[in-house]
Amino acid sequence: MHEMSLAEGVLQLLEDAALSQGFTGVKTIWLELGQMAGVEKEALRFCLEVVTRDSLAHEARLEIIELPGQGWCMQCAETVAMTELFGACPQCGSHQVQVTAGSEMRVKELEVY
Amino acid sequence: MCGTCGCGAGETRIDGQALEHEHGPHYHVHADGTAHDHDHTHEHDHSHEHDHPHPHSHATAGIGATASHAPGLSQARMVKIERDILDKNNAYARDNRAHFIGHGIFALNLVSSPGSGKTTLLVKTIIALNGRLPLAVIEGDQQTDNDAARIRATGAPAIQINTGRGCHLDAHMVGRAIGQLALPDDSLLLIENVGNLVCPAGFDLGEAHKVAILSVTEGEDKPLKYPDMFRAADVMLLNKCDLLPHLEFDADLAVENARRVNPDIRVIRTSASSGEGMDEWLAWITLGCLQTAASRQAKLAQLVAQD
Repeated sequence: MHEMSLAEGVLQLLEDAALSQGFTGVKTIWLELGQMAGVEKEALRFCLEVVTRDSLAHEARLEIIELPGQGWCMQCAETVAMTELFGACPQCGSHQVQVTAGSEMRVKELEVY
Repeated sequence: MCGTCGCGAGETRIDGQALEHEHGPHYHVHADGTAHDHDHTHEHDHSHEHDHPHPHSHATAGIGATASHAPGLSQARMVKIERDILDKNNAYARDNRAHFIGHGIFALNLVSSPGSGKTTLLVKTIIALNGRLPLAVIEGDQQTDNDAARIRATGAPAIQINTGRGCHLDAHMVGRAIGQLALPDDSLLLIENVGNLVCPAGFDLGEAHKVAILSVTEGEDKPLKYPDMFRAADVMLLNKCDLLPHLEFDADLAVENARRVNPDIRVIRTSASSGEGMDEWLAWITLGCLQTAASRQAKLAQLVAQD
């Protein structure tokens, strides 16, 4: 995934929210990132710093909440932990695992002024 | 480059014309000197938002939320957002998809590495269809309109989107392009994405299917290296198959790898040079077009019946 585009997406969300919620600056951004979202945390942090320069979030602190990966293994018929998309089930080794969590990338909440 | 956010959007060109872009209702100036006031807003507040425009505590919100949030200490307040980063693109994609469905347009998003033979395959596809289906092409590249020119040489309408620094097409660019193309109802739209196996996977354009093209001059393990793309695709064209006798490429292994990341992916082995697999590929396209057109007509009939 391309972190620069995602950072732009974050800034757009902030600007939209600033309009609808009536705030002018962002102090903290809480971002939920699934472990398997394919996002490089540090690259995103860097890009966000670049795109928010001179914006309402120029001094915002970024808090990344990492969400663990989970999948439904069809062989085991139960929820199993996953560390990579398309990884094998840690219990039976099958690749028939449907991802159920860990691919999130969302702005959860903001501290604003 | 956009002066507001530093993104490459100001460099986006559709057939050479700058594409406006939004960051909310403000004026801003693009690198080429044009200013936009954005009151064409395609605003998409499908608000699934959970906004609380009042200060509140976060006893259950977890990480960090309460850390600097003692009432009275600062004027800061908390705002719940709970929105996916790709929301904006997804909203445009929904509009595009609604447009496609409403007009019976079968839209395909063709994705691959650079050099997989996408454009040649498209040219051959258009020639082979020989006017049986009304069709148009959207070409995505960072620079040049070479590919659109190759498509236009077949007689098919084509529109070139130059993404500037951008590494993928997004739904907004495609929405603007379909506005310019004025496609007839029940037609085929082929969208050739920027050659890139990473970013286009995450950006829905509103297409019916993503079609991934893997050429046999690449590695068999590409589906494993770039799983997002092969998972997002419904069809994989294993292209340049005429070259197989000259290569050590294990085609079965490549297919197996693709199925490992996407058990349901449909694989068609093609060669634009020898014509191998073209019948199957054309049959799949034709069926998709017929089904899309039929469902539009069925909906229309239903509406007429209701009146």
